[in-house]
Amino acid sequence: MKFGVVISEGPYTHEAADTAYHFVKAAIAKGHEVPRVFFYHDGVNVSTRLSVPPQDERHIQNNWTALAKEHDIDLVVCIAAAQRRGLLDQNEAERQGKDANNIAEGFRISGLGQLIEMGIQTDRLVMFGD
Amino acid sequence: MPDVKKFLYVNRKAPYGTIYALESLEVVLIGAAFEQDVSLAFLDDGVFQLTKGQNTEGIGVKNFSPTFRALGDYEVTKLFVERESLEERGLTEADLQEITYEDEDDDWAEKPSIRVVSRAEMAEIMADQDVVLSF
Repeated sequence: MKFGVVISEGPYTHEAADTAYHFVKAAIAKGHEVPRVFFYHDGVNVSTRLSVPPQDERHIQNNWTALAKEHDIDLVVCIAAAQRRGLLDQNEAERQGKDANNIAEGFRISGLGQLIEMGIQTDRLVMFGD
Repeated sequence: MPDVKKFLYVNRKAPYGTIYALESLEVVLIGAAFEQDVSLAFLDDGVFQLTKGQNTEGIGVKNFSPTFRALGDYEVTKLFVERESLEERGLTEADLQEITYEDEDDDWAEKPSIRVVSRAEMAEIMADQDVVLSF
């Protein structure tokens, strides 16, 4: 089965990004496909490469980057939600005249159309949030 | 896989205080371009999103409630509001904005988009969907 996953709460404050991570790993281990994960609302904050949690804690962004690389998962960050919250890739930083960018490897910024498309193209859409 | 899927956007939160309501509406507006079978559900504090006479001046936040009246132009014409959620909050349908659409199958007659349904009916509406997005 093809699963689409949405993460709609921020890292560390909320467990959504962790639960989704365990769900995606388990689904793939069972032979399912997870072609895309979409980050929305505060979930976009997972994609910052400037996160530095204490060493004895899980690193949520690194976990996602590694999982995406291993299983070729498309990690999409909503552009409108990201820009509100100060998350920019290099292109957007240049376009908006900002002096830095902070999107981690494996994530890409794109539009909400990617969320709808995921709903159309997958068998089940699973949302992790409040 | 069917060409057109049934999408339901479930709105459960008050319009201000958190960003869920606004960002839900942003998904609905973008999603309209994909020509799917779209419905919106309003329940719990989500029913406050449709109340008329919203004034956000005092909190310095944009009042986005007029956007709901434009949904008909995006062919989003099914707004289901849960009766029990209204009653539990001391609201009636008369407290909600008038939201209409022009029915192209009925000589563009203007019809109400809001349909107040019972909790049991809402459960059936949800069970009938292909994709449910919860905000």
